[in-house]
Amino acid sequence: MRTSFGERMLDLVVTGFLWGIRIAILLAIVIGTIVTVSKGHYTSEQWIGFVVFGVAQGAIYALIALGYTMVYGILRMINFAHGDIFMTGAFGAYFVATWLNTIGFVDRNPFLGLLIPVLFAMILAAAIAMLVERIAYRPLRNAPRLVPLISAIGASFFLEYAFRGFFGPGKYAYPPIKALDGGWTIFNVEIQKVQVLVVAAAAIMMAILYFIVMYTKVGKAMRAVSESQDTAALMGIDVNRIIVSTFALGAAMAGAAGVLFSLVYRQIDFFMGFTPGIKAFTAAVLGGIGNIPGAMVGGLVLGVFESIGPSLFLEGLGIPRPYQLKDVIAYTMLVMILLFRPSGILGERLSKKKA
Amino acid sequence: MSMLTINNVHTYYGNIHALRGINLTIEQGEIVTLIGGNGAGKTTTLRTISGLLKPREGSVTFEGENLAKYKAHELVYKGISMVPEGRGVFSSLSVTENLEMGSFILKDQKEAEKNMEHVFTLFPRLKERRNQLAGTLSGGEQQMLATGRALMANPRLVLMDEPSMGLAPVLVELIFDIIQQINKEGVTVLLVEQNALMALSIAHRGYVLQTGEIIISDSADKLKNDPAVQKAYLGME
Repeated sequence: MRTSFGERMLDLVVTGFLWGIRIAILLAIVIGTIVTVSKGHYTSEQWIGFVVFGVAQGAIYALIALGYTMVYGILRMINFAHGDIFMTGAFGAYFVATWLNTIGFVDRNPFLGLLIPVLFAMILAAAIAMLVERIAYRPLRNAPRLVPLISAIGASFFLEYAFRGFFGPGKYAYPPIKALDGGWTIFNVEIQKVQVLVVAAAAIMMAILYFIVMYTKVGKAMRAVSESQDTAALMGIDVNRIIVSTFALGAAMAGAAGVLFSLVYRQIDFFMGFTPGIKAFTAAVLGGIGNIPGAMVGGLVLGVFESIGPSLFLEGLGIPRPYQLKDVIAYTMLVMILLFRPSGILGERLSKKKA
Repeated sequence: MSMLTINNVHTYYGNIHALRGINLTIEQGEIVTLIGGNGAGKTTTLRTISGLLKPREGSVTFEGENLAKYKAHELVYKGISMVPEGRGVFSSLSVTENLEMGSFILKDQKEAEKNMEHVFTLFPRLKERRNQLAGTLSGGEQQMLATGRALMANPRLVLMDEPSMGLAPVLVELIFDIIQQINKEGVTVLLVEQNALMALSIAHRGYVLQTGEIIISDSADKLKNDPAVQKAYLGME
């Protein structure tokens, strides 16, 4: 194929520009890191503290990211309402937890007092996700791919403003749980109890999910449907039922993540799903969308980067309030991944498939 | 009563009129072959029987029941299994998991295990590779897997879409031997093939499909000796 001189020049300019971005960002990170480390503002205990915070945050992102990645794997569609499913879980848990708190149940039995709101959040989130699938996505199953995407954004707004309509725009304080106050100091590193709980709970949830997908009949059917809906139907698999189960499973994880998020930040509102939703989407893309272990890895990597990034390289670059730019790191990572490695960290799957 | 009756079926792909009034019957215990060139509508016929496509006109009747009201996945419960074109194994699932998907409709775990043992005796090669991902199997092994998977649901009718495609002659013979063997075990087979000579050598009866219409139907022996069929599909002058 012959290309004109102009086209070749344009190609060269674009490639050069992309390499320029790569080098500039890499340089910024390296220089910033060197300056910060040479100044020695932070002790090594503080750095470990940042990492611990990042892991806890990343575990929440990972839990949400699983829903994005599973739905993408099975329908090749980004469920942009997923962040709001996370919010509905948090709201459900808030009402149950508040009620349990007023009757004094949480103080008497902290374990169940935590577990019951989580279970309720998971069920509520799954139910809402199933409704959204039925109403907003299933009728558009055979439409061009942009159509369900727009419908998903509509569903996202619908959920946000329905909750705003019901519960108002204000913030609600998630009831404090005394058993989770304080923390431990291990080798001078302070670790809060709630961080341990978040990481442990997320790990358990992910292990359960991994077991379901790999070893149960419905999990194997999910993997079969994600390869070919027609062939799966020829096995007698009810494809619609499997798709609904996928939505429900992903939403249950997001619902649980909503509770963990509320335990850390202690407050919820109708818009709380937006930023974590996009962050988790970033995590899913980072790990390789459609890839379940990828979502877990992507979540953790994003959480840690976001947590140490501001002090590690933004501060070194002389940026006045680096913490305010923590979201910029996440979104820069999203753009970088899409530009330079669209298949993500673990995602060879996407390139192999015709998708 | 015939096991399967296709009566004046018209199927469309969007606006393309792929099947133009097909009539076809299969008796219990037969091997029937449907031969024809590329684009004649062979795969469309199988997809119509298996419910992946719905006929716009005409009917498909299986054991006296009109299939129009059933979705594709419900037909597996009726006793119809399909080996899809290009094998269609689930490449990221292991051999065992593929076979488990074949027996998805069985409630009885013991029966599913028994069927898997049976598939492993038909295809010992699959047993050797049972933990391997299906995507890493050779073409012949994938065809064995797709065939074995179709047998996992205890079908009474198996639809096979070009099992010989892309296989070495020795593997084609192996697959065709197995088709005869499962037929002797009581499974009725509808075999779609471009390799008309092989298909007619094991089938009882055959249909010739051309641009969406059945142009000849006869016993396999008569078709093999029909000069028109020989010229068009058997490569003989």
